Amino acid sequence: MGELRLMKGNEAFAEALIRAGADGYFGYPITPQSEVIEYLMAEKPHERTGMVVLQAESELASINMLYGGAGAGKKVATSSSSPGISLMLEGISYMAGAELPCVILNVQRGGPGLGTIQPSQSDYFQATKGGGHGDYRLLVLAPASVQEMSDFVPLAFDLAFKYRNPVMILSDGVIGQMMEKVELFDPIPRWTDEEVIEKNGDWATVGKRPGRERNIITSLDLDPYSMERHNHDLFAKYKKMEEEEVRWEELNTEDAEYFIVAYGSASRISQKAIDLARAEGIKVGLIRPITLYPFPYKVLQEKVQKGAKGFLTVELNMGQMIEDVQLAVKDNAKVEFFGHVGGVIPTPEEVVEALKTKIIGG
Amino acid sequence: MTEEIIIAGFGGQGVLSMGKILAYSGIMQGQEVSWMPSYGPEMRGGTANVTVILSDERISSPILTKFDTAIILNQQSLDKFEKAVKPGGILLYDPNGITRHPERDDINIYKIDASHVASELGNPKVYNMVVLGAYLKVNPIVSMDNVKEGLKKSLPERYHHLLPLNESAIEEGTKHVEVVREIK
Repeated sequence: MGELRLMKGNEAFAEALIRAGADGYFGYPITPQSEVIEYLMAEKPHERTGMVVLQAESELASINMLYGGAGAGKKVATSSSSPGISLMLEGISYMAGAELPCVILNVQRGGPGLGTIQPSQSDYFQATKGGGHGDYRLLVLAPASVQEMSDFVPLAFDLAFKYRNPVMILSDGVIGQMMEKVELFDPIPRWTDEEVIEKNGDWATVGKRPGRERNIITSLDLDPYSMERHNHDLFAKYKKMEEEEVRWEELNTEDAEYFIVAYGSASRISQKAIDLARAEGIKVGLIRPITLYPFPYKVLQEKVQKGAKGFLTVELNMGQMIEDVQLAVKDNAKVEFFGHVGGVIPTPEEVVEALKTKIIGG
Repeated sequence: MTEEIIIAGFGGQGVLSMGKILAYSGIMQGQEVSWMPSYGPEMRGGTANVTVILSDERISSPILTKFDTAIILNQQSLDKFEKAVKPGGILLYDPNGITRHPERDDINIYKIDASHVASELGNPKVYNMVVLGAYLKVNPIVSMDNVKEGLKKSLPERYHHLLPLNESAIEEGTKHVEVVREIK
């Protein structure tokens, strides 16, 4: 068993970066995720593994530092919260276009605009449907515990390099700020340049050797036919993600007639709501998407085929993921939404009430 | 066993660190734990609260509206959380500065004059440890050995010379807690 610690989600993410063999973290502080850079600065990872930690002058600088590091085949990461992620979107689009691996953590807060500093999940569309310009996808992982804030870091790096694509860990102020027990994984050594080539192929700018062409990292291609081919190549990659990388968790679904669909902190609140509802004899279960892109459409469709009577999505927004649930369920069962916004957090009792009035009685 | 606890008071009273020590003590005895602060633009003298859950099972919501225990250290928190204690639950409060005392007759109510005890010990900063001791006397959810381990884990090493003082504050808290009302 690995070392056990009581940590905030933000701290667990930071420690996991060092242990996952990250080469660099470039970030700019913003509530509710400033503990990431605070922890990294205090921990001096340069002395532990040689990892570089740098406070950039802005979010724009951070994401472009990631572009440079990733282009050189390095494991690089950043973190921010909603308004800061918006600032990074140009760079994220460039990285998706140039097919660069990286890990981006968004500890969401209420919006729009500068918004609040309280928890929210209102960046679902931004994370899963693109966000920046152009046709692209991020692979999006949604942690629901401090343990997953740690465990998803090495997973995110693996997926980022497997697909040469940015991976976003979409968290929120609850998961970032709360402390839970974490079992830390054993450190993974940083890659040498030779290992970068050996594990990932010869695309990175690790230094030109005799006998091969120059590697060029760019998202610019002025030939429209060539750019069209590139878009098709990207979408072939996204299709492979949809086939191979869908992750989800089910709780109490075996005999369930009704389903709550929720991710991240909303899934934790919903779990409690399910306990309360089951105590009243309501057969309800939880489907928790772990990958928000690719979304577990098939899992929901299977529940419909087995006679599911209704789905309630619980989100800390005005209803965003519900559109994906509707895409899966169509008109075959009732789909309704419950949530709060702006940093207000739904209570388990409210979720039970919404289940009764909108799904069961509605 | 699952114990759902709210600790609430002024910023600077050590509410968050008391919760952290309690959570670490839970880990020391192999339990699942969660610690969720009310975070925001808080400041010294403002209100602060933290929800701590210790459980033998996987913890669902870290944010709750009903609690097995409320540890209350100021009037605003008492007004807000007295009604949030589950019937049969525990309310422990510091009567200092309280003008409207708890009134419910379906919960167990205890009080601890922790600032007095802490100043007797010569260090008002151990106030929160006196309260923790009082709580563990009326509801021993974690053993004293595990609390000592949890305390050690929570305090940075440069403060480990303060461990004996903190331990004696917990000890004093166990001695000075008073029953206001216990339901049969």
